[in-house]
Amino acid sequence: MILVARHALRESLRRRIFAVVLALSVLFGALYAFGAHELFKDVSGFAGDSSGLDAKTLAGATILGLAMFGSLFLGSVLAVFLTAGAVRGDAETGTLQPLIVRPLSRRRYLAGRLLAASVVSAGYVAFAYLGAVLLTGLIGHWWPDNVVGSLIRLSGAAVVVSALALLGSVFLTATANGIAVLMVYGAGLLAGLLGEIGDAVPSHSLQRIADIASWALPFEQLYRDALRELVGSAHGVTGAIIQLGPLGGSHDAGPLLLPWAVAYVVLATLLAAWAFTRRDV
Amino acid sequence: MPTPTLSVSALVKRYGATEALRGVSFDIAEGELVGLLGPNGAGKSTLTKIACGLVHPSAGAVTVAGAPAGSEAARRVLGYLAELFRFPGWCTADEVLVLHQRLAGSEKGAGERRELLELVGLGSEGARRVDTMSKGMQQRLGLAQALVGSPRLLLLDEPTSALDPAGRRTVRDLLGELRTRGVTVLLNTHLLSEVEHTCDRVLILDRGAIVADGAPGELTRPRGIEVELAGGTRVFEGASREDAPRIVAELVGAGEQVFAVRVLRSTLEERYLEVVA
Repeated sequence: MILVARHALRESLRRRIFAVVLALSVLFGALYAFGAHELFKDVSGFAGDSSGLDAKTLAGATILGLAMFGSLFLGSVLAVFLTAGAVRGDAETGTLQPLIVRPLSRRRYLAGRLLAASVVSAGYVAFAYLGAVLLTGLIGHWWPDNVVGSLIRLSGAAVVVSALALLGSVFLTATANGIAVLMVYGAGLLAGLLGEIGDAVPSHSLQRIADIASWALPFEQLYRDALRELVGSAHGVTGAIIQLGPLGGSHDAGPLLLPWAVAYVVLATLLAAWAFTRRDV
Repeated sequence: MPTPTLSVSALVKRYGATEALRGVSFDIAEGELVGLLGPNGAGKSTLTKIACGLVHPSAGAVTVAGAPAGSEAARRVLGYLAELFRFPGWCTADEVLVLHQRLAGSEKGAGERRELLELVGLGSEGARRVDTMSKGMQQRLGLAQALVGSPRLLLLDEPTSALDPAGRRTVRDLLGELRTRGVTVLLNTHLLSEVEHTCDRVLILDRGAIVADGAPGELTRPRGIEVELAGGTRVFEGASREDAPRIVAELVGAGEQVFAVRVLRSTLEERYLEVVA
């Protein structure tokens, strides 16, 4: 398993995936720093507002929420690129066969691919998120409430996307799987936004749709929960505005979310392994 | 009786309504070099893939050195070169072999890699990246990869399909070398001359069934005697080698001058076309 994971990681390095992603991330970081600087400069005029609005927290949570959306999206794209062709795609190009005729079980092969994709995608998300936290703190002097809690949830969301892409790779060709996973990703985020609207209106139907989607696709709920963890202590007008905005997490998923996300990844991987061991290559 | 290196028993494979293999049975003994012939769609690749565990049989059994095909024990003793394969373009030839050494559990290190690259004519190409290699060089590297870990059974699916005549010669020499090392080989190919010259035994598969099985010499049969006379060449159809002295005596007795006598045999190609027609 470790051997397959190391091979996949080396492939990422040698094919300059990391170099390209790193270069674009530095560019993203520079733009983010500029944006944060301008935003905090603009909201500094709101200090002492009689409405009780904490402008700095609102600005910090909003721009950091935006960075989290961006980093999870890029991390998910990385996960999809690294796993979309892991089984059917690689079998069609003839890359898979020389490996799995060796004394390497198909289960261990899949576990190795998942490990590599998780390390790369979750690692990238963590790197981008921490970079954004650091820039926000240094520029705007605002720090989120629970950096580690958000980090775990956001990185976990990337791992869930990796597991979904790996499962899809057993049944679909690389291109079809890539498209399918990115569409599922978009649908999940859309369901989350509907949930936000459902909370604001309030609408039980929208809340129910969002609840079902968040358990069926836990990456979305992890992302929402990561946003919620940013500003757990923001109350009053500030808390309400943040939570009702598109980059706020108004819904507390409860203590079962993290265990369910872990179980989800394990179940998706076991299902992929079960289907792969029965598949003709 | 020693355990066959590859044993195939009543093997059936169905893809939906299509029956790719219809009760195929044969054994391959240790050290045998067997050529598997057959037209496109005969089931050769399916049979090879079942033997190495890539495809699951619908019925019947395949064992490799006594272990069920596809089991870890079976995969430990075989080497496989797929008809369609690709190594990562970013790897060097040496790195491909390192990866396969680790997967196969081979501890022979750089010495084995050097020897295998020499054996397939890539001795000086160890540091070369796969994506800069020609198709023929990649096919040779594929052969070297299949030999990593000194397998007891080598399954080669069209190993010369991308090779030029020199490359084919290298493969023929390699098969000869493997024979001296006692490696059992199942060679799936369309090149009848290759099989005729290198294999101990030939299996001809047609529409999922074995239609001929024997040594190349056994599969061909006497076709007649050709005699060169002063007035031209005469062919005695159906005559065998044993008939040659009598035919020559009769011709000489009849006043003919005999310059040469040749025993004619059908070629493997003729036999092949006969059984798959």
